Amino acid sequence: MFRFSFHAKDGKKNSYLTAGTVITILVLALILLGIVHAPYDTEAMNTSEKFAGFSLLHILGTDNFGRDVFSRVIVGAFTTLKIAAGTVAIGLLGGLVIGAAAGYFGGAADAVLMRINDTLFAFPSVLLALVIVSLFGSGTYNVIWALGIAFIPSFARMVRSEFLRYRESDFIAGARLQGAGSMRIMAVHIFPNTLPVLLSSVLIGFNNAVLAEAGLSYLGIGVQPPEPSLGRMLSEAQSYLMTAPLYAFGPGVMIILMVLGFSLLGEGVSKRVNG
Amino acid sequence: MRFVLKKILTLAVTVLAISFIVFLAFSVIPGDPALMLLGGESDPAKVEALRQKMGLNDPVIVQYERWLAAFLRGDMGTSYKYSMPVTRLLADKVPITLALSAEAFLLMVVLSIPLGIYSAKHEGSAADRFLVVCNQVVMAIPPFFSGILITYLFGMLLHLFTPGGYVSFREDLGAFFAYLFFPALAIAIPKIAMAVKLLRSSVLTESKKDYVRTAYSRGNSTNSVLYGHVLKNALLPAVTFFGMAIADMIAGSIIIEQVFGIPGLGKTLLTSIGNRDYPVIEAIIVLIAVIVVASNVLVDILYQVLDPRIEID
Repeated sequence: MFRFSFHAKDGKKNSYLTAGTVITILVLALILLGIVHAPYDTEAMNTSEKFAGFSLLHILGTDNFGRDVFSRVIVGAFTTLKIAAGTVAIGLLGGLVIGAAAGYFGGAADAVLMRINDTLFAFPSVLLALVIVSLFGSGTYNVIWALGIAFIPSFARMVRSEFLRYRESDFIAGARLQGAGSMRIMAVHIFPNTLPVLLSSVLIGFNNAVLAEAGLSYLGIGVQPPEPSLGRMLSEAQSYLMTAPLYAFGPGVMIILMVLGFSLLGEGVSKRVNG
Repeated sequence: MRFVLKKILTLAVTVLAISFIVFLAFSVIPGDPALMLLGGESDPAKVEALRQKMGLNDPVIVQYERWLAAFLRGDMGTSYKYSMPVTRLLADKVPITLALSAEAFLLMVVLSIPLGIYSAKHEGSAADRFLVVCNQVVMAIPPFFSGILITYLFGMLLHLFTPGGYVSFREDLGAFFAYLFFPALAIAIPKIAMAVKLLRSSVLTESKKDYVRTAYSRGNSTNSVLYGHVLKNALLPAVTFFGMAIADMIAGSIIIEQVFGIPGLGKTLLTSIGNRDYPVIEAIIVLIAVIVVASNVLVDILYQVLDPRIEID
């Protein structure tokens, strides 16, 4: 099983895991601050303080309505995190069901499921999400579903290869001889063995989900105003790039930190698992 | 040859499947196309007549057959919003997005291969360590944000291009490609980082193999081993990556077109989603699917040519 340690399998320092942990803790702390007590009301406008620069009062300045960018960034980051979590949950659950069935049973089920899966996999997830949003409309929940469904194929692929790996192993044959049914073998005997690999792909999934959500909300699909969203803030910042270039700094750096943290964690975990 | 034929057959089946799913999805959603074309407050009898004329009362499979036959003839239906043939609407957009993706692809290949080789060759040096950290950070930057940064840095501070100053390819082909350079760079940057990382590790893995030691023992220099032996094998995973990147680049161009104000497929797709202009959305999705699946097949074939030992089926 996976045991947390800042060292890789061979005992060398795992700097990916260290850096990822530090950055993710920083991001989560900021998000927590946003939940507990954001310095300013995210919707409080103050036209006399439009585009204030960085200062002790507004550490990331203010936007075109005089709203505090730092508060909006940390609250918006929470929304992004929620959407990413929903996306990964749906993608993981769907991927588990499809991947486990395809990998464990093999044969026709595998052929059909993977044919469909690879077709969808070839399709960029943002595009798939755009199709789904165009069918069902935009909004936070639709974006979670859209991205979640778009993420199923990559999880399914990974789960399938893991189940395929264990299907023929001796301990599974042993369980089968003792009379364990397929469901039991999949859930109790194979699934726990896939957890370390699953963990690292969940983290990579988070990284991709944050990027995808930011992209969609930049396009104006997804979280609707006045609720703060990092992507939308960047799209607003872009129209004021000439007069207030600093506005883009906060939301942009927050997205980078979130993605960087998750991707480093994911790679660190996979280094820990695979050596 | 059999392999190529088989691949092309799979391509046809896959595209057919995607187009059917898309068609099905767009025919079950609420909203009457006839009503959309005529406008909200139309006479029900007129709407019904148009429904009959458009064949909307036929079974879905019959409608799909008709749609497919028309699509293959180059007739992609009529836009609800602009009341003009979708084919005419998209004819000018496709080359723009293709040019943007192609330029991004070219940038990725041209920049990532030398950087990856350099990084592996000088493993552990300051430059290599800098590149490794750089790659990790760059992969975390969403392309639209690097687009904004590029707009600010190269557009507003250094005046290397005019943000929003898109030039049509009909007016001036050179200026068209020149304007696409920075958007293409924004799309390519994260892919370059990933490719450099991949190449670096595949060159390093390959260098530890026995045949490399043998090549050295025969008196080859580092460079002749690297370029004559290692690279041939180390480039294979990169080719797969490049192939898979094509799909992402086309998807990336949808967002980047928005950042740089380029009137390509992506911008049209987004406007059409806003207008619920389903025939246009449908056509764009199927077009992109064809491009994506075709490029994947092309990579598989290329892969086979590069390494005949691999059997793909």
